[in-house]
Amino acid sequence: MNLHLSSRDIDVRTLDIVSEMKSLEGPLLPILHEIQAEFGYVPQEALPIIARELNLSRAEVHGVVTFYHDYRDHPAGRHVLKLCRAEACQSMGGDQLAERVKSLLGIDFHQTTLDGAVTLEPVYCLGLCSAAPAAMLDGEVHGRLDADAVDGLVAEVRA
Amino acid sequence: MTVRIFVPKDAAALALGAERVAKTLAGEIEARGIDATIVRNGSRGLHWLEPMIEVEMPQGRIAYGPVKASDVASLLDAGLATGGNHPLCLGKTEELPFLKSQTRLTFARCGIVDPLSLSDYRAHDGLKGLERAVTLAPADIVAHVTESGLRGRGGAGFPTGIKWKTVLDTPGARKYIVCNADEGDSGTFADRMIMEGDPFVLIEGMAIAGIATGATKGFVYIRSEYPHAIATMTQAVEIAHRTGVLGASVLGSAHAFDIEIRTGAGAYVCGEETALLNSLEGKRGIVRAKPPLPAHKGLFDCPTVINNVISLASVPIILDKGPIYYKDFGMGRSRGTIPIQIAGNVRHRGLYEAAFGLTLGEIVDDIGGGTASGRPVKAVQVGGPLGAYFPRALFDTPFDYEAFAAKDGLIGHAGIVVFDDTADMLKQARFAMEFCAVESCGKCTPCRIGSTRGVEVADKIAQGIEQEKNRELLTDLCNTMKFGSLCALGGFTPYPVISAMTHFPDDFSPVPMVEAAE
Repeated sequence: MNLHLSSRDIDVRTLDIVSEMKSLEGPLLPILHEIQAEFGYVPQEALPIIARELNLSRAEVHGVVTFYHDYRDHPAGRHVLKLCRAEACQSMGGDQLAERVKSLLGIDFHQTTLDGAVTLEPVYCLGLCSAAPAAMLDGEVHGRLDADAVDGLVAEVRA
Repeated sequence: MTVRIFVPKDAAALALGAERVAKTLAGEIEARGIDATIVRNGSRGLHWLEPMIEVEMPQGRIAYGPVKASDVASLLDAGLATGGNHPLCLGKTEELPFLKSQTRLTFARCGIVDPLSLSDYRAHDGLKGLERAVTLAPADIVAHVTESGLRGRGGAGFPTGIKWKTVLDTPGARKYIVCNADEGDSGTFADRMIMEGDPFVLIEGMAIAGIATGATKGFVYIRSEYPHAIATMTQAVEIAHRTGVLGASVLGSAHAFDIEIRTGAGAYVCGEETALLNSLEGKRGIVRAKPPLPAHKGLFDCPTVINNVISLASVPIILDKGPIYYKDFGMGRSRGTIPIQIAGNVRHRGLYEAAFGLTLGEIVDDIGGGTASGRPVKAVQVGGPLGAYFPRALFDTPFDYEAFAAKDGLIGHAGIVVFDDTADMLKQARFAMEFCAVESCGKCTPCRIGSTRGVEVADKIAQGIEQEKNRELLTDLCNTMKFGSLCALGGFTPYPVISAMTHFPDDFSPVPMVEAAE
């Protein structure tokens, strides 16, 4: 993930990605996923190019990007910690763990620590309901969390 | 002979440390010069024992769990490779009561085979259903599925055969099979487990659906929260292509069928079938009005079968063993088996496949073993975030679509979440509204606005403000949402709210805590 991109870099890479994927049936979501994988977020500069190449209005592309929770309009922290907030995790004390993580990191959900180390996000179910409470750190899953385990996760992202 | 040791790669096992166990085990096996190989299987579904590793012995597999990486050395010291005894030894896997009492039809291979070995799949009766399907006329395949009584396992319970027949009978130059793998309900993980543990059964089911309806292209729409399932399914589809299970000539027949894996983008509402179709088309995941039905005008306006993962994964055994075999399990109009996902605050957490008809009490108390915390069970939410909360008084309700509907609930995707007596049902009702507000697609006003108002009303009740009036208002709001929303998100959010109010009225008249004077 390159955080220092010129708008020209974004234009060139976006066009590459769109050209490669536009022959898919219903290509917009796969393209947006690829763009986010490339840049770490979906840059505003990419939208008019996608719109032009797919023969959509810019408003339609904007509408899709903003509809889905996954697409970011700015880069995340170096780590992304997702805590499950759904019922199964609630039943095993997930809410208290979430409060603990928030206070340890000094941020709320959807925020990034000032040092850019970690972004905290809620997730509504990781499908680990039989191993609740659960979390995902940078794509790795963690279950049966307790206070010690979340302290460990926080220490890991702070390192 | 090289002994096979199984270490699950299922996400639940990984979340509990299976990767470290596998690495440590591999290192120790090499260092000690043991003649053993590690197979990364799916999960057997006994998640409270994960990571559960198994050793293949002539008399059957011997299980050990829950295993930590730090246990590996002592396990090997105790003779793990020969099924040796150890405090973590659970005995023969097949004899474990939680497994032995199940009827595994859809999950017959899950946790047993190497998920990405097609030869393993074949050796365990895989592809027999598809082999039979290619010899049948499409209408006969559909008749098999109809006769089996299979109903949509995604939650709605619509007869799968009727859906297929509609697509078969609808003319179209291009038709699609769409697999709904957007398993967003809390308390459910059956789709994830089958995709990670036995991906070929889903591929086989989709290919059969394609042949039955004349569709040549399939999509599996998997939620982005499931990266492990996406990776396994992607590899499995590649293998199926390479080996002629998929492609221009399915198993050498005149039928063509291809599958593409697509990733969702974090929208719960895309689990609703028409929103999912819009999402696949590259649009906002907004719910469509029905009619037209997806079977008539679905993906890109073409006739489309859209089925849940478990519905499709149940088809191969129906074709293989015949519809009567499947239909003979179950009760009433709920035929066959259902993978019940036991989750939340419960001792024996995991997946339990059984014929319809077990009572909720049997599932929670006998199979689940009561709460994990050891406290009394207060409520059980059945069917995900849109499912009703059941009190102990309704534990005699049998697991059956109609029986649950009669008690103002739903079995949904068959996930059950257990809560102990520390749960605050007003808080749970508020959460149902909050979740709906976060995830509403925005099309229907009762869902979009009502959910936010619902949170506010619940907060007023919690603060002790005009509780009776606000309880009435919340009931009224629920009715508006129930009857004024196009899809299940707005329409069913009232279920957890109303059931919580009905069965746990005490929680809805809280005495607010006196705030300290400033």
